[in-house]
Amino acid sequence: MMVEITVDGRVLTVQAGQSLLEACLANDIYVPNLCHLPGMADPPASCRLCFVEVDGMPQPVTSCTVAVTGGLVARTDTPAVRRLQRSALRLLLSVHEVDCKNCPANKRCELQRLARFLKVGLKPKDLPAPRKTPAVDDTHPCFSFYPNRCVLCGKCVEACRRAPGETVMAFSRRGFETILYFDVNAAEAGRCENCQACVEICPVGALVMKAD
Amino acid sequence: MNQTPENTPESRLAAIRRRAEDQRRARMDTDAPKIHIGLATCGIASGALDTKQAFEQALAEQGIEALIHTVGCAGHCYAEPVVIIDHPQSGFPPIFYHQVTAGKAKMLVKLFLAGGDPRLEHVYGATVENDLIPSVMEFPRFNREKRVVMEKCGRVDPEDIDDYLAEGGYGALARALAMTPEEIVAAIEASGLRGRGGAGFPTGRKWRLAAAATAEGKVVICNADEGDPGAYMDRTLLESNPHQMLEGLAICARAVGARQAVVYVRAEYPLAVRIVTRAIAQAEALGLLGQGILGTDMNLDIEVFQGSGAFVCGEETALIRSIEGYRGMPVHRPPYPAQKGLHGRPTVINNVKTLASVPPIIEKGPDWYAAIGTEKSSGTAIFSVVGDVVHPGLVEIPMGVTLRELIFDICGGVPGRKGFKAVQIGGPSGGCLSEAFLDTPIDFDSLTEAGAMMGSGGMVVMSQDSCPVDVARFFLDFTQKESCGKCTFCRIGTWHLLEILERITVGEGREEDVELLQQLGEDIKDGSLCGLGKTAPNPVLTSLKYFADEYAAHIREKRCPGMMCRALTAYYIDLEKCARGCDACVGCCPTDAVFTTSTRKKGIDQALCVKCGECMVACPPEYDAVRKVSPASLAPIIERPVKPVAEAEASATPAKDAP
Repeated sequence: MMVEITVDGRVLTVQAGQSLLEACLANDIYVPNLCHLPGMADPPASCRLCFVEVDGMPQPVTSCTVAVTGGLVARTDTPAVRRLQRSALRLLLSVHEVDCKNCPANKRCELQRLARFLKVGLKPKDLPAPRKTPAVDDTHPCFSFYPNRCVLCGKCVEACRRAPGETVMAFSRRGFETILYFDVNAAEAGRCENCQACVEICPVGALVMKAD
Repeated sequence: MNQTPENTPESRLAAIRRRAEDQRRARMDTDAPKIHIGLATCGIASGALDTKQAFEQALAEQGIEALIHTVGCAGHCYAEPVVIIDHPQSGFPPIFYHQVTAGKAKMLVKLFLAGGDPRLEHVYGATVENDLIPSVMEFPRFNREKRVVMEKCGRVDPEDIDDYLAEGGYGALARALAMTPEEIVAAIEASGLRGRGGAGFPTGRKWRLAAAATAEGKVVICNADEGDPGAYMDRTLLESNPHQMLEGLAICARAVGARQAVVYVRAEYPLAVRIVTRAIAQAEALGLLGQGILGTDMNLDIEVFQGSGAFVCGEETALIRSIEGYRGMPVHRPPYPAQKGLHGRPTVINNVKTLASVPPIIEKGPDWYAAIGTEKSSGTAIFSVVGDVVHPGLVEIPMGVTLRELIFDICGGVPGRKGFKAVQIGGPSGGCLSEAFLDTPIDFDSLTEAGAMMGSGGMVVMSQDSCPVDVARFFLDFTQKESCGKCTFCRIGTWHLLEILERITVGEGREEDVELLQQLGEDIKDGSLCGLGKTAPNPVLTSLKYFADEYAAHIREKRCPGMMCRALTAYYIDLEKCARGCDACVGCCPTDAVFTTSTRKKGIDQALCVKCGECMVACPPEYDAVRKVSPASLAPIIERPVKPVAEAEASATPAKDAP
């Protein structure tokens, strides 16, 4: 069923039950996001960037978790929304190795795009920059993982799950120490060489194919 | 089902209870003395097992017949190990003894059980009114409490279902089985019961939501994943009276139509796990749980699930994920577990205290319960009051009692004539309130308004010798470690909050830090995915609000007013007071920082001092020469003699004695 919703004053006709984030993106209304992948039944809502204000809700909400219903009215660019988005981005950048010149994702990096869109400097001045060690994890036979570039969006894990065959990656450790972990045995036996879905989907260049 | 008077749940329970009472009578109705020993984890930690052994040994040695009855904890931590001796032949009423060590136990067997002398100097009070010994009920710590959930704690043996049955246990379940599910939900709604896990969501509404769900295979879960530092209400309840929770769980299952139940206990509570597992087996053996409960067609399988101890698993969606075998990470709500929970099925998750409140509500009626407490927060609240109070322990009070009454009247206030500085309510999710809030009534809404929260019941009282900045740092250190790492704000934001607080407590704070803490704290609160992140900044935000001067003192003057932050304090020895030749402080210093000055008095080498404070404890009170100051620069510099004085004397001595 199609319903009408209003976003930033524009009336959109969208599929009922679709997430508000997808409805906006499909209609060329950009809402910052990192962890969203189309077609996820339960969005992780973990990047905390896709905030919007919805009429009737006291606080900004993540648009990926709002199912649209007819008559919904939302705004994507209020001060409260921008405050949270900038704060989340600044936090992500504070743990991100900003070395764009030497990064394969340079110019197609989601963080660069977000920083431009939200007008946030790439190196937050007042926050220290903790780094994980080792800076490169080469345990995977096909690609290298750079934990200090990773934003833990989880898209790679989801892509790996969707790809045929055994899932070879998952999150490991917890809290601030959370990191990607690879099941090397599965990776060696498997299909990683030909699949590369995780490398392709990484928005920040944290997964890089090893040079042969 | 056709129910004749003989096979109604109530008549079946009556038969079970008669048997329990008979068995209990056969054991307990003797003239022999009865010794009730509290054997919950708190008692055991204070040495109650040694006490029990000492009683057994002494009884055998003296050849006295007596019954040792192990019970749970009555909440009087300050008095552990607690022993109640009921010695009818002595003519005295049952007597409450506190801090009964093994030695005291042996003495009591010899002098009281054998000799008839209750040793009044060791008596805390009689447990009943009488003409001989003042009753414990004369103390506010006893008479100001209102026990609903903890009523049977410390009275029944948690490992013996007969005790619970003889005290009227499972009566509410029998009654609930005669009610329709709708009547049960309505009763819980009318009682005004709100979830005791912290947020205070109306329990009746949660049950109604789950009862209305049409999906098959509903589940009810008891959340005993208690993880706040300093809180131990749930553990004590499970270790002292597990059946009240189980009875509530069964009533909940009946109300929402669930046939499966899970008790989620952390594996760090081995005694609670053992006691609950045993309680379930005992209840199943009697037909009180399991298949065909009390002869009806109600079935309930109860499983104990041991959590691995992650704090975040107390959050209901993370708890569900962990049972399902995934990483304990919260997911977005809605959908709420009541609609889509464990394995996608409608799931009710209630805290131990919430479930344990249910049987009394069904038994005595919702109006009785609603009359306790305040209008919007009915019933009682259980706090584990710890920190700088005279009588710490578990306290159950009606909602609406003020913080001042709880801390000062009931728990005896701050010991040692020290001033009160702050109280942290709700653990790492709660807030740090100042003296100005002492007259705040304890209920869900008043505490939330003050910036704290009811939480699950942890309460840390702090004297003037404490530092709100350091306390905020402590709790942030906890939440930062316990963050699951899923969402940006909690994962990275709490790291930055902690980093700033750590800098401030070591004297490297900057003027702009206060503003940064405030902004970051508000963003984390508004932006986080789950309850852990949303409440993690509370200790910082409340202490910034109510103790701004302390932050300023740390940052601007490098001074810790509570003298807790080690980097900002220093110890020195007042040479005016120090006694020549006294070595008390020298021996206790773990780092050899104390040296002898050329006047044979003592000085502290600030470079070596680790600020443990041992010298201050060791210094004899008649000298009282050790001083603690903040900022550290206030300590006068006392030069260490180039050549140690003792050596100088030793080398000088022969010369003096020389002819």
